[in-house]
Amino acid sequence: MSNVVEGLKYTKGDEWIRVEGNVGTIGLTDYAQNALNDIVYVELPSVGAVLARDGAFGTVESVKAASEMHMPAGGTVTAVNEALESEPEIVNSDPYGAGWFIKITLSNPAELDDLMDAAAYAEYCAGRD
Amino acid sequence: MALEPLIYELSSPGRCGVHLPGLDVPASELPAALLRTELDLPEVSEVDVIRHYLRLSQLNYGIDKGFYPLGSCTMKYNPKVNEDAARLPGFAALHPLLDIEDAQGALMLMYHTQEWLAELSGMKGVSLQPAAGAQGEFAGILMIRKYHLSRGDTKRTRILVPNSAHGTNPATVSMAGYEAVELPSDENGDVDLDALLAACDDTVAGMMITVPSTLGLFEARLPDVIKAVHDCGGLMYMDGANMNAMMGVLKPGELGFDVMHYNLHKTFSTPHGGGGPGSGPVAVNEKLLPFLPGPIVGILEDAGSLDDVPLFGWVMPEQSIGRLKAFHGNFGIIVRAFTYMRMNGGSGLHDVSRYAVLNANYVRTALRDHYVVPHDRTCGHEVVLEGHWKDVPGIHALDISKRLMDYNFHPPTNYFPLIVPEALMIEPTETESKETLDAFIEAMKNIAREAHENPELLLEAPHITPVGRVDDVLAAKQLVLCCVPIPDWAGSPEFKTSTD
Amino acid sequence: MTYIPHTDADRQAMLAAIGVDSIEALFDAVPGEHRFPALELPGPLSEMEVLAELYGLQDANTHAQNFAIFLGAGAYNHFIPSAANHILLRGEFYTAYTPYQPEVSQGTLQAIYEYQSMLCALTGMEAANASHYDGATSLAEAVIVAVNETRGKRRKIILSAGINPQYRDVVRTYMQGQDITVVGDDKVRDVNELAALMDDETAMLAVGYPNFFGQIEDLTGLAEKVHAGGALLTVVADPIMLALFKSPGELGADMVVGEGQPLGIPLSFGGPYLGYFACTKKLVRKISGRIVGETKDNRGQRAFVMTLRPREQDIRREKATSNICTNQGLMALAAGVYLSLMGKSGLKTVAELCYHKAHYAASEIGKLRNFSVDTDKPFFKEFMVKCPLPVDEINAVLLEEYGIVGGYDLGQDYPDRENTMLIAVTEMNTRAEIDALVAVLKEIVDGA
Repeated sequence: MSNVVEGLKYTKGDEWIRVEGNVGTIGLTDYAQNALNDIVYVELPSVGAVLARDGAFGTVESVKAASEMHMPAGGTVTAVNEALESEPEIVNSDPYGAGWFIKITLSNPAELDDLMDAAAYAEYCAGRD
Repeated sequence: MALEPLIYELSSPGRCGVHLPGLDVPASELPAALLRTELDLPEVSEVDVIRHYLRLSQLNYGIDKGFYPLGSCTMKYNPKVNEDAARLPGFAALHPLLDIEDAQGALMLMYHTQEWLAELSGMKGVSLQPAAGAQGEFAGILMIRKYHLSRGDTKRTRILVPNSAHGTNPATVSMAGYEAVELPSDENGDVDLDALLAACDDTVAGMMITVPSTLGLFEARLPDVIKAVHDCGGLMYMDGANMNAMMGVLKPGELGFDVMHYNLHKTFSTPHGGGGPGSGPVAVNEKLLPFLPGPIVGILEDAGSLDDVPLFGWVMPEQSIGRLKAFHGNFGIIVRAFTYMRMNGGSGLHDVSRYAVLNANYVRTALRDHYVVPHDRTCGHEVVLEGHWKDVPGIHALDISKRLMDYNFHPPTNYFPLIVPEALMIEPTETESKETLDAFIEAMKNIAREAHENPELLLEAPHITPVGRVDDVLAAKQLVLCCVPIPDWAGSPEFKTSTD
Repeated sequence: MTYIPHTDADRQAMLAAIGVDSIEALFDAVPGEHRFPALELPGPLSEMEVLAELYGLQDANTHAQNFAIFLGAGAYNHFIPSAANHILLRGEFYTAYTPYQPEVSQGTLQAIYEYQSMLCALTGMEAANASHYDGATSLAEAVIVAVNETRGKRRKIILSAGINPQYRDVVRTYMQGQDITVVGDDKVRDVNELAALMDDETAMLAVGYPNFFGQIEDLTGLAEKVHAGGALLTVVADPIMLALFKSPGELGADMVVGEGQPLGIPLSFGGPYLGYFACTKKLVRKISGRIVGETKDNRGQRAFVMTLRPREQDIRREKATSNICTNQGLMALAAGVYLSLMGKSGLKTVAELCYHKAHYAASEIGKLRNFSVDTDKPFFKEFMVKCPLPVDEINAVLLEEYGIVGGYDLGQDYPDRENTMLIAVTEMNTRAEIDALVAVLKEIVDGA
């Protein structure tokens, strides 16, 4: 049973976003890191990149799979988690904490309304098991 | 601890494994400013090299050692005469840019190979240019593209690919600039005809499909699939990876396919070489003849009389998609395939397909009570099983594969096709005897029993191989790809070299 | 049934086990009207008969063992030590496939890892893959890498006209479905003129080292210019030359690609050859083809395994940047064995022999009336000779009357180089062969 954290918003592509004011922090859910298994590589965008909702912002790779990460909402990248470049396994050990990927300033906070809350995402995951 | 030292670890300054002649002309001045100052190659004797590589070879499993039922790869016996043929000095020492008059033997061999492949496929023309099956696929899709463009038809942007396809198919489609549209399979493992009909419109450039399917099955409704795609103006590409089930059984050209590729390293017994070289000729019907990759071999002048031979030469098809590689295809592989075809003849090639299918069905029938056979009907040259059981959830197909190594067999293909959970794809090929198949079947039955009685045996397997299970996560994280310290030309401290 | 071991009794027993009467019954699913078509093909032959036919075919060819050969232009007659072929004939190597199962493939995996290491040493790069099909497709794959490195934003590629014309053709074949522009090779330009074509659309600039004319162009400072423009520099290099001359890595290249055939692989009428591919560490996740990495097994032993697999077509499917699957594994093994045998000193000696013999030939031909050797730039083992007669006329006399295979006619690809012969000299050409070539050239012109 994978962990879902209250208060975050979720996508069907298994990204989460934590919103504080106009700033969003984005990462990969526990369900997804579990499915990928040992994560060996994370590719992150450059700070300053402007990306639309659903735009690809990075890649996460295990030994046997690669998946693209997409923006839960549009915005400008203000920080990337450089620790993941040398220690990608943090995504496995702490997906909602130290394993965050990027921080953005939201360009249109209304886009968040289309995302799932924790309960809806937990149900969505249960449906895939 | 290491099984065999690296060649660099055997190095001793001053040794050399060859004796080269002295300089027999006056030396010229070397341009000092352009010369390099270091060259970090090993320094070893010929004996060192022979022993090192011989010991390495002994860490491998090949067809010459035993049964290698790697599905979709057709690991049949590679006849020794093929190797001798390709090494004849008149072939091996032949420069590719000689005038055609000086290479008539090679050109005639290529011409006949083209003709044989055309006849077996029921197609009108063949190009031997593609260096591998994947390059044949690429050539095929580029021809389809050029065909549509030559008719001024620019709307077609999509190629249909069943979800059971080899990964090369969708990758090929993208490389050629098309969008790959994945089609679902129905409950029988065949293409879902309703989904196909729904996808067919005037944006469809064509469809790629494998025959027999990657599940090892002849799709009963293949004529309907071909018709649906043709009706919307698309062309049909056949992935010929499974031609070993097809020779003298079905000619793709007669069934309506427009283009296909062969894998000479599968069907025609040229060796797999630890991962190539292969050869992937493409065969096309009349529509696509002008677009073949070239040059191909043609007859430039007919023979004057019956005793005479024609003049063979290079022909560039008029609207060719172009050249796929330098020179003329993997000629050394083509020589091996030609030798194999001549040895077998038409009747022998038909027997190859008959017995390949017999062997696969024999394995299927023997194992159906021990493993789930997802589509348990008469199969082609390979059979797909599910490598798991509900009552032992900890065991996966990979564990069965690793345990097979303890029985001295190479494992089947794992996890392909993707539409079968825990797939084990078994392709025995026609060159394996009943005794070999019986021994393999016995091992598979034993493993099924072990999985239930003593699963640890599978989970800890393999036990008798030179190395145990290999840590691929560590490999991907540390990325040690080279054991030579590379001078820091541009400043790159974080790139690790070997720890030894 | 040449390679089919079944006895009648085997077949009967197997059919009975399956529960059908005949092998034909196993094909019921094949549409009836197309099932079992006639094959208009000859019948089987014995091994003796096939070999006799093959001897006949090979005799209809002109090959290097009977003739002095001065033809190169992308395929070279270099010496291959006997030991190399004996390793390639080990069934454990050549009858294995892609090392998907590392526990039973350590031989292939370690051999590839060593090949990668030797390629890195030779090119001065940080990583190499297990090979592409040949030099031409290796260059095409470099183009794909360069465009992807810019996330597809830059789509212009600058190719020097001094790259093998067939390689440039292959690049264009590969790119025809993509919106990628290839420029720069409409006429022969020096590297500074090429660099001047750079703009903010340019993803890659590629040059030959040596170029197709055998010349070693001065690449000093080129990498800086290309990098300043935000593009990648790819160098198409002769691997034998790299034993003697500065490595492309030292010259700042991002990718080094080329034809590995000179490294112990027979001419074999153009294939199978070896597309070698090396790059900087920064690009290693963007390149295609198989890559082997070092790791450990569960017993703590050093082991090797294919790594960075998620780049590949069987995992990434339509998102893969290349469809390459099979590569030239056995040819990479051949190159690894060759480089081991030659080693540090042997390969340098081969390169020096090529250099000195080519310069001797150039100097002797240069003394002939009506022939002029292009000594504009330094060269390695090939050089251009402007001839007083069409090249094909000279070559016909050389071969028919003297058993010498002459050089390549550059006028075929470069209209402004009519009557220009590209002569290749390797360690295989003896002084006697070179002197004979010079004497015949003199005679042809004196007699004309």
